Amino acid sequence: MTTSERVVVTGLGVLAPNAHGLAAFAGALREGKSGIAFHQHLADANFGCQVGGIPQNVDTLQKVYLTDEELLAMNPNMIYAAIAALDAFKDAGLERKPADLDEVDWDTGAIIGTGIGGIDTIAEKLAPKTDAGKVNRLGSTMVEQIMSSGNSARVAGLLGLGNQVTTNSSACNTGTEAVVDAFFRIREGRAKRMLAGGSEGHSKYIWAGFDAMKVLNRTKNATPTEASRPMSASAAGFIPGSGAGVLMLESLTSAKERGARIYAEVLGGFVNCGGHRMGGSMTAPNPTSVQRCIQGAVAMAGIRPEQIGAINGHLTATFADPHEVANWQKALGLAPDKMPLIHSTKSLIGHALGAAGGIECVASILELHHGFVHGSINCDDLHPSLTAFASRIPHHTVEVPNLEIIAKASFGFGDVNGCVIFRKF
Amino acid sequence: MEQQEVMGKVVDILRPFVKNPTALTTISMDTSILKDLKVNSARLVDIVLEIEDAFGIAVTDEAADQVKTVGDAVSLILKTKA
Repeated sequence: MTTSERVVVTGLGVLAPNAHGLAAFAGALREGKSGIAFHQHLADANFGCQVGGIPQNVDTLQKVYLTDEELLAMNPNMIYAAIAALDAFKDAGLERKPADLDEVDWDTGAIIGTGIGGIDTIAEKLAPKTDAGKVNRLGSTMVEQIMSSGNSARVAGLLGLGNQVTTNSSACNTGTEAVVDAFFRIREGRAKRMLAGGSEGHSKYIWAGFDAMKVLNRTKNATPTEASRPMSASAAGFIPGSGAGVLMLESLTSAKERGARIYAEVLGGFVNCGGHRMGGSMTAPNPTSVQRCIQGAVAMAGIRPEQIGAINGHLTATFADPHEVANWQKALGLAPDKMPLIHSTKSLIGHALGAAGGIECVASILELHHGFVHGSINCDDLHPSLTAFASRIPHHTVEVPNLEIIAKASFGFGDVNGCVIFRKF
Repeated sequence: MEQQEVMGKVVDILRPFVKNPTALTTISMDTSILKDLKVNSARLVDIVLEIEDAFGIAVTDEAADQVKTVGDAVSLILKTKA
């Protein structure tokens, strides 16, 4: 078995709060288009934060991608994953074969994660009927919607995938971790292609716990597009988001054999945990582990820190943003004014939890492909701790035609970290 | 309730579960729900629940297990309502 396959990105799919599809998403990033809006159902439930990021027009879109029979057993988390995965598969130039051909693609698998999963199905259907003694009225569709692997399982059936199909979960690190795990699987020669990323639904039941923790911004309900404020002095918590982002990772050998268009190469990836020690906890990152994660990915990539053109950070708009930037700076060992451009896709779409890493990896690849770094909105009042980095934090999109390498990282509850390094191909 | 009327309602209930819609164009009492209409066998549970609601009847698990064709469903409904 080969153990050093080079791994490239040959397909992308994205369903984000501010756009669906690659052209629209790239445009939304360039324009600084926010996908954050007021949602009455959050106000009705007395949320402190009544704004969020939810993909638009999905009622119409889902009928283009999925049959009525398929939709009978799919919650938004699964629908989002399916749309992004089908898009990534098609974008990779692969043909979706009809199910009645009865063929399995043994060389392609999927790691599509989710942070919370089908808790909306549990809250809206499973729990009420079970508590009412009506278990026999639940029907057949509960398990496949509430099992953690429901999103990847559905994608496997839609595409006839025959390699590893699973759902990882590491809170807000989920999507990035999926990309790293899929990268290793292909690198080891265990699969030719892996769909990799994350998805998350948008239910009030998914978001309520975060609102209760008071980690969501409740000060901008009247001005939703100003609500997600990573790196700003007035950051007051993150804005919940939803959607899906999926990459088609493929061995370079396979991509060349079939003449696939290659967006980027995955140079390196690293995941770890801070062990809830050395300043880390269930909800806060151990700075040493964050730095080790970044350094591990950079070392595996075999690059020097100054070769990194941009950082697509985790940067959620909590108190942790300045600490995250400090960790990047320590990990890379660069002076603040020599750092890569630092930006936050969450300023535009909110924090899509388990989908965040997937969507933001798609954003990173599009930036490499098209040669730009999108601006981070709502941080005109830059946090005072970040003043030394001000020249490296674009508020508006900058064209970077020679952008070669981008680092994407995610950090999640549980003190878990993930970092992946992409190079333009 | 006439057999034809019951069959029409059964077909309406089956429709969203059907993975081979072309088979609906030639549907008859002999049409197999699983083999011809390609309904996922797990969904028979949902179809029985919808039949119970639509016709105001209770279907035992044993009776449900005997339903293989559209005609089986129609007969079961007529027999239970009688």
